[in-house]
Amino acid sequence: MRIADIPKYDLQPDEIQIVEKIIEKHKGRPGALIPVLQDIQKGVGFLPVEIQRKIARELGIPEKDVYGVATFYSFFSMIPRGRNNIRICLGTACFVKGGKKIADKIEKELGIKPGQTTEDREYSLQINRCLGACGLAPIVVINDKLYQKVKPEEVMDIVYSYK
Amino acid sequence: MDRKPEKIKTIEDLRKIKESVKRANMLGSTGKTHKITVHMGTCGIASGSDTVKDSVVSEIKSRKNIKDSIVLTTSGCVGFCALEPMLTLESYNNQPAIYYNLDSQKVAEIFKSHMDNSRIASELDPIITDSKLGDFFKYQESRVLRNRGRINPFDIEDYIAADGYFALEKALKTLDPKKIISAVSESGLRGRGGAGFPTGKKWELCSFSGSLAGIKYVVCNGDEGDPGAFMDRNLLESDPHSILEGMIIAAFAIGSDRGYIYVRAEYPLAVETLEYAIKQAKQYGLIGRDILGSGFSFDVEIYQGAGAFVCGEETALLRSIEGKRGMPKPKPPFPANEGLYGSPTLINNVETFSNIPQIILNGAKWFNSVGTETSKGTKIFALAGAVNNVGLVEVPMGMKLRDIIFKIGGGIAGGKKFKAVQLGGPSGGCIPEKFLDIPVDYERIKEAGSIVGSGGMIVLDEDTCMANLARYFMDFIQDESCGQCVPCRIGTRRMLEILEKITKGKGEESDVQKLERLSEVIRETSLCGLGKTAPNPVISTLNYFRDEYEEHIATQKSCERLHIKTRIKEAETQKA
Repeated sequence: MRIADIPKYDLQPDEIQIVEKIIEKHKGRPGALIPVLQDIQKGVGFLPVEIQRKIARELGIPEKDVYGVATFYSFFSMIPRGRNNIRICLGTACFVKGGKKIADKIEKELGIKPGQTTEDREYSLQINRCLGACGLAPIVVINDKLYQKVKPEEVMDIVYSYK
Repeated sequence: MDRKPEKIKTIEDLRKIKESVKRANMLGSTGKTHKITVHMGTCGIASGSDTVKDSVVSEIKSRKNIKDSIVLTTSGCVGFCALEPMLTLESYNNQPAIYYNLDSQKVAEIFKSHMDNSRIASELDPIITDSKLGDFFKYQESRVLRNRGRINPFDIEDYIAADGYFALEKALKTLDPKKIISAVSESGLRGRGGAGFPTGKKWELCSFSGSLAGIKYVVCNGDEGDPGAFMDRNLLESDPHSILEGMIIAAFAIGSDRGYIYVRAEYPLAVETLEYAIKQAKQYGLIGRDILGSGFSFDVEIYQGAGAFVCGEETALLRSIEGKRGMPKPKPPFPANEGLYGSPTLINNVETFSNIPQIILNGAKWFNSVGTETSKGTKIFALAGAVNNVGLVEVPMGMKLRDIIFKIGGGIAGGKKFKAVQLGGPSGGCIPEKFLDIPVDYERIKEAGSIVGSGGMIVLDEDTCMANLARYFMDFIQDESCGQCVPCRIGTRRMLEILEKITKGKGEESDVQKLERLSEVIRETSLCGLGKTAPNPVISTLNYFRDEYEEHIATQKSCERLHIKTRIKEAETQKA
């Protein structure tokens, strides 16, 4: 995604407060950037350019470096995630047990691709590369709950139970 | 814990804790009659072990007369994922039994049998731990996993009662760094993260390495990114202190006073367990200043990954700790000379560190009494895929692949035929039936076209299309390539395109040669391990299953259409 494609975002006062608190907590420690991004991703839900600029200023890091790190790691997102975040595991065990079919089904039903959020902001979809619960393959994680041995024909019932 | 812990100073203090834990858990004379352990690793919790624990609590509450005679505790994973949720019931008048596939109703039955009728609930067919060990456990040798299902990872005293931190005491009080390193070298332990570099050698290099700033780091690589591998997750969740103990010993041996444990963000329970373990170890004087009153100090911090496979590569991991994009650096300089923030850094994998305490405690000879000529000790494998007994297995190096899959793994699920076993994730390869009798050994597996890797072992049955599997791994690599060097960034993209073409039934005859040529170039010219090994899944499937690629090309059929016969057969058997 190019920066120009990302819609402008006005930070809310409470979000600014969260961001400032998190930066304060990690400031001065070596390697602070990733923990700061992690906490803000958790606290605010995403990392818009406006927040990245703020981080760069406060930590004294060039903006391009903040952007570089924020786009390198898959746990960071520059667009808001949905209220319910669906993660599909496509590790080898889940893949050979039909994880791809589950991913296809959800993509088709919700009309979004991995990395995207539905228009009503209800769901967002992510593909994970092995969550390390191979004994339960194929698995789907919604928010923090893990569903095991999921079948394509049942998966939408699970997803819609989160509406 | 009801008392404030005192800092441990001597071996007597350790022994005292060990005795008191043993006494508290002793059944019979102390008035305690049963000990129930609910196993709560990630897999257990996902399968409902929380509910099982709640049921146990309410069953106990409902029986006022026996309320005080039951010890209830939790532990990490037993490693038999296919049977979660599980609990172990030890009783003073019966053999210990492991009950599996539990729900509230089964818990009620167990209580009825044991507490009300004082017998094992045989109708639930438990695994009896002492006599009738299930085949799954019978052929294993639990060394690194010795505490699985036995200790509460949130209680350091449980670990001490299992001889935990005795090796640290021995190392700090009776050995000097040289002796420790020579014990590790002599043991023959090799890095369990995948590359198999001799651990003792690494420690030696790092101990000799001078540091301008006077700082050296010890880093534990817990970025278990290989899809299909979950050994490290289990160790971090179930026995975190064994890793910490190994790290502290390593720090003492190389002269370091600080370290990091890098854990991937996908493992929240592991992070939580480890955080608590570090806090407890500090309270007990086992991490921090003046450890065990020896004058040696070591501090350790957790650093969470943020979802990048390439960070499993050591130089990329170190960059990530520095808060940068996790991109590998050319080697040399090796981290042992120039690592984190430019200082000498010892970086070992979770399982490697977990092996250390026992080598110190039991000696190098004990460690290398099992294994092969070049590969000593035991190795944990994450057995998954089309196999009956999915779970974690720890076996002596040198065991045949066939025995792991068929004796421990219980053969192929659903009565299907074995096709291949995939080792080493996206850096590894597939081993077909004809090589199943080779022993598990770094060199022998390599000869067969794969690698031992970190321990992921995915069993594939007759329904798996090997060209599609190769496409899957290439898709993975393409996604995870850091993009720094051209062969890996663009070469794997071209390979993926060709593989997609073939599996969609649009392949051309020249495609196979193109794949081979690209494989060669990418292997020779990539910067780091990720790129150098990226073509392996393609090379090995081309070696052993070339006919499947050729069939795709000759018939111009996609995977779905090519395998439609098996799918019709499946549908029919399902109906019947």
